[in-house]
Amino acid sequence: MIVVASVGNVVVWAVWFVAAFACIGSALAVVSFQNPFFSALALIGNLASLAVLYLLLNAEFVAAAQVLVYAGAVMVMFLFVVAYLGGEADAPWAGGPSWHVIGAVAAAAAILTEIVVVIGVKAGDRLSREEDIRAAFGSPAEIGRLFLTDHLLAFEVTSIVLLSAAVGGVILGHHSRRFDDPAIADRP
Amino acid sequence: MLGPDVTWYLVISGILFSVGALGVLLRRSPLIVLLSVEIMLNGANLALIAFSRLHGESDGQVFAIAVMAVAASEVVVGLGLIVAMSRRNLALDVDRLTSLRG
Repeated sequence: MIVVASVGNVVVWAVWFVAAFACIGSALAVVSFQNPFFSALALIGNLASLAVLYLLLNAEFVAAAQVLVYAGAVMVMFLFVVAYLGGEADAPWAGGPSWHVIGAVAAAAAILTEIVVVIGVKAGDRLSREEDIRAAFGSPAEIGRLFLTDHLLAFEVTSIVLLSAAVGGVILGHHSRRFDDPAIADRP
Repeated sequence: MLGPDVTWYLVISGILFSVGALGVLLRRSPLIVLLSVEIMLNGANLALIAFSRLHGESDGQVFAIAVMAVAASEVVVGLGLIVAMSRRNLALDVDRLTSLRG
């Protein structure tokens, strides 16, 4: 029984390492690639490896929603827009270190240091003692029950947010089409 | 819990957040700025789900799904703005958008 548990532990650690490094590597690729098309493809890898991390944290429903909503719907929209605009390349690391690049890297490093220091101060104390979980933890039934009981307001507000985003998208597309028409655009 | 404890997931989430912030500050193309914002949101989501596992309550996951819905709305509006910019023949470069004297 102990042997089985330790083999399982090693497997979970291995999966965690692969997923974590894929996650960070693809995030760096998104930031570094010149072509927005490749950046969007790298973000799909980032989202998929995040879904693996969610599964390791027993969040099955969120992992499934991540793959469906993000890696599916949102990324299709992104790739569509990149294809439509014919993604211009801008090289982030080309032309030697400018003040712009140095400032950006310094600010990101400051944020990272802050976060790691805060986690390090708190680590080992409460962060390493997880509560036991029920079998239903993270299942669709549990999430659905919470959405329709404790978090009903959040559920309803989310639908209004999505509706207003859809209306906003339509209005933005409509106005820009009007400016395309030279007969209308010439008018004050 | 099998595997690494919640601390390590939080470290990954912090790294993702700062890589996303690096992308927002570094890149000029608004498309990649939007992608970097997505990375930042996902870093925050990973922290929410890790804390949800730490406390053994599913409420953090509900919060993460709400964040996902807001991120999807943000992408719709952001991409709509970028398409509108390109249709008005504005440069797709966040440093050159200075109509608001930014």
